[in-house]
Amino acid sequence: MLARLASKRLLEIRQAFRQSPQTIRSLSTALNYVSSNLCFLASKSFDLDSTGGTCAFSDFIDLVCLFGVCVQHIDTPENNPNVPWEFNEANKPKVNEILSHYPSNYKQSAVIPLLDLAQQQHGGWLPVSAMDAVAKVVEVAPIRVYEVATFYSMFNRAKVGKYHLLVCGTTPCMIRGSREIEDALLKHLGVKRNEVTKDGLFSVGEMECMGCCVNAPMITVADYSNGSEGYTYNYYVREHHKLHYYPFSHFNEDITPKRVVEIVEALKRGEKPPHGTQNPERINCGPAGGNTTLLGEPKPPPCRDLDAC
Amino acid sequence: MGLGSLASRALRSSSSSRVLSTNPRYNLIRTIVSTPELHKPEAATEAASEPDLPKRTPIAGARVHFPNPDDVIEVFVDGYPVKIPKGMTVLQACSVAGVDIPRFCYHDRLSIAGNCRMCLVEVEKSPKPVASCAMPALPGMKIKTDTPIAKKAREGVMEFLLMNHPLDCPICDQGGECDLQDQSMAFGSDRGRFTETKRSVVDKNLGPLVKTVMTRCIQCTRCVRFASEIAGVQDLGMLGRGSGEEIGTYVEKLMTSELSGNVIDICPVGALTSKPFAFKARNWELKGTETIDVTDAVGSNIRIDSRGPEVMRIVPRLNEDINEEWISDKTRFCYDGLKRQRLSDPMIRGADGHFKPVSWRDALAVVAEVLHQVKPEEIVGVAGKLSDAESMMSLKDFLNRMGSNNIWCEGNGKYLDADLRSGYLMNTSISGLEKADCFLLVGTQPRVEAVMVNARIRKTVRATKAKVGYIGPPTDFNYDHDHLGTTPETLAAILDGNHPFSAALSTAKNPAIIIGAGIFDRQDTAAILSLLNSLSAKFKNLITPEWNGLNVLLLNAAQAAALDLGLIPESDSGMESAKFVYLMGADDTNLDDLPKDAFVVYQGHHGDKGVYRANVIFPSTVFSEKEGTYENTEGCVQQTVPAVPTVGDAREDWKIIRALSEVCGVRLPYDSISGVRSRIKNVAPNLLRVDEREAAVFSGLLKPEGSGKVSAVPFGVTVENFYMTDAITRASKIMAQCSALLAKK
Ligand code: SF4
Ligand code: FES
Ligand code: FES
Repeated sequence: MLARLASKRLLEIRQAFRQSPQTIRSLSTALNYVSSNLCFLASKSFDLDSTGGTCAFSDFIDLVCLFGVCVQHIDTPENNPNVPWEFNEANKPKVNEILSHYPSNYKQSAVIPLLDLAQQQHGGWLPVSAMDAVAKVVEVAPIRVYEVATFYSMFNRAKVGKYHLLVCGTTPCMIRGSREIEDALLKHLGVKRNEVTKDGLFSVGEMECMGCCVNAPMITVADYSNGSEGYTYNYYVREHHKLHYYPFSHFNEDITPKRVVEIVEALKRGEKPPHGTQNPERINCGPAGGNTTLLGEPKPPPCRDLDAC
Repeated sequence: MGLGSLASRALRSSSSSRVLSTNPRYNLIRTIVSTPELHKPEAATEAASEPDLPKRTPIAGARVHFPNPDDVIEVFVDGYPVKIPKGMTVLQACSVAGVDIPRFCYHDRLSIAGNCRMCLVEVEKSPKPVASCAMPALPGMKIKTDTPIAKKAREGVMEFLLMNHPLDCPICDQGGECDLQDQSMAFGSDRGRFTETKRSVVDKNLGPLVKTVMTRCIQCTRCVRFASEIAGVQDLGMLGRGSGEEIGTYVEKLMTSELSGNVIDICPVGALTSKPFAFKARNWELKGTETIDVTDAVGSNIRIDSRGPEVMRIVPRLNEDINEEWISDKTRFCYDGLKRQRLSDPMIRGADGHFKPVSWRDALAVVAEVLHQVKPEEIVGVAGKLSDAESMMSLKDFLNRMGSNNIWCEGNGKYLDADLRSGYLMNTSISGLEKADCFLLVGTQPRVEAVMVNARIRKTVRATKAKVGYIGPPTDFNYDHDHLGTTPETLAAILDGNHPFSAALSTAKNPAIIIGAGIFDRQDTAAILSLLNSLSAKFKNLITPEWNGLNVLLLNAAQAAALDLGLIPESDSGMESAKFVYLMGADDTNLDDLPKDAFVVYQGHHGDKGVYRANVIFPSTVFSEKEGTYENTEGCVQQTVPAVPTVGDAREDWKIIRALSEVCGVRLPYDSISGVRSRIKNVAPNLLRVDEREAAVFSGLLKPEGSGKVSAVPFGVTVENFYMTDAITRASKIMAQCSALLAKK
């Protein structure tokens, strides 16, 4: 009886999926909802045929995987362990340089810088075979490198566009409307998250707090348009214009999604829109309309009244 | 790990203290929950003065060795002083004190991860609860396991763990033996505050043995550590981070280890469960029978879980000297072979070549008649790989009474002599291998021949960086080794001293040489053994009063006992001139030389290879259905215990032979298994000392010098297919799936 109820509920939810325009986030949430609901129902109805229950369950899990929620690698023609990959001649001395920073019996310490180097060499993302190559260099099993590469969100394990747009998803930015910005970007470019546009120019990803919360929300553009050789992940090297910050102003919330589209369009035209705050009234992270505090020389701290003690 | 009982104890103790708190005696019964009364010194003295109260016993047989008396420190667990050696963790100190700390990620035999936080306890002067599994105990530490802080910490951790854990216990195979279930009953809250949706994780394909439901995983990383530390396959890893963390292989890959089934046991939840056992039974419906495994010569200790007449699964049993707490995949999953292709009726091959079921009386009469028509020297008996000592004893007695002494056991070859036990046993003992610092493996691939021995070697190599030299065909090892050569001539070179490994061997403190039983089938067995003998004469460190480093690694469960009982062929040409062959479960005996008109009796439990040539079949029982004595490769004698009733008309091997002897008119003088055993006592008294390892009295192989020259024939591969080595495993579907995967690789 309960089993039938469960399957009826399941059908309803499935139908709901078909109708609504799906965004990944809402879909996966809904999926979670379904699966936990299913579990709940199953746990209540002992007569629910157990294989039936898990079948439906694994259906959903397949779906989840389809929408790119899983960490597991999926072979594609351009990204599978059989694609040969090696550090190129220019990077080979760099590999040795990086290895020389660590004691020879702790080679595996070099795994992060080497993965970074490999990512730069490969146009901003890491194919499986590059991870395997790194594993060979640091002499560990490949899985130990996969663990590291999947842990850090800055290692892209799927192809990225020439401009990789990273929307900050951490709390301050989220409160200041980063979700809308992401939606605007995705809608404008017509892609899903972590998908590359047809022209290969753009991809949208998420990143964690970059310390620009004062100008929240913000996005980062990883710019590979000058080729991967000159690319560096060190975003403090702003004069190289390799990476730009586009913090949006607090006060123009309603126009931010518009502004982000403008930036994308400018990039498409090959322009380099100015980085930093996009609120013309602000300078860097200062408040709009000029400073409100610390207007003069700050007063020195008062001296303790020694006589009083 | 007994956490099930732990949970019930916790529940029991809380209810008893509620109901019976007026009775002081009950307050003194110490379970994992320490009652406040026990903190008072008066209560402690009262406990001491009342010796009939249960003493505080260390949890799960926790043992303390004090390697150095200076290293003893004293800590206080809930006010009780305990003495422990330096370097123990707080959790270990608690278990010595008899307090079981809840845990998920900590496992005695794996490295410490400290990532589940379930083991939080309060330590005086520490501002926060500490993870006891990762915290070394310091002298004078005051550990409190039952304070409100510790309880609240556990409850909080439990709430977090349950946050993303599905509520699918009713359809979970771990239900009833799940650490998470038990511990949430014992230490968790009755509600959680999590109202979001739970995450779901894609299931991974780990092959035909391990079923995964990854949504249930609590990221304890036990499986990852097991795979890389014990099994030596670096396949599993922890991918992603935060709430996206998953266990997996990243790339599509199967876990190819002969120990992979053990992750089922160590997974504290139902994320990794047994695929063949999925949805078959609940653990509380099963009857456990503690017995031993016979699929290899190690004799791993197992528990057979059965429901009614059916074996449902096999799980390991702790035995520090043999298998620790692991078993091989073959041991664990061969059980479906116990039910398939069984012989259930005595059968006679008719004139048309087909078998016809007959009664025992008829079958025995036919065999007795034929037996009386052949000459005694034309009678041959072969005991199979899985035979127990009792049946081999009766077979030998019976054929001896018929005038023949041509009886041997499969795998022991023609060239071995059984005069000295040290010549065919693992003299170092399996646990003794841990003391070795240099291994020389000769013609043996322990990874497939004796998985648990290989696990010991790997453990030793990992712990002490012991050197391993290997002579034999190229093969897979899961530890570092030097491949020295493929023929016995390498051994001769090592003896001459002009091989680089000679130096390693002579400088080692406890070198261990392991010879595979595969060499027993070679023409030059005697020459190789005498070479080893000279080796032990040259390298004095091989055999000293404290150390015996010369080992033979046997292949089959029956081998050691057969040699103890003297089942040695009398003449070299056993088969060619035989007219009557008695195969007692022998399926791997080469019958090509057998004359066409020879009469073959096959007594066995499976319709396996031996049946093809048989004229008469006597159905017998498998190890899970009988009581039998087996001796493992290190000389440790163990007994199987019947777990399930036998099928059809099958009978125990020794009983069949006893019945046949009566029909033949040479009645054997024993009517019960104890009768057979008292007969065994006269031949090999060590076989009656169950669960004891009887070391060989004389050390060394003591082979006459110069018994021929070793040949240049390379050593062969003894076990082609790890998953199918005997009648039981060949009948098993699960093993067939594994072999198919093996073949694909
Ligand atoms: S699968 Fe099991 S053993 Fe492995 S991390 Fe998850 S809970 Fe632990
Ligand atoms: S939260 Fe977005 S930059 Fe800090
Ligand atoms: S058991 Fe101590 S943290 Fe897991």
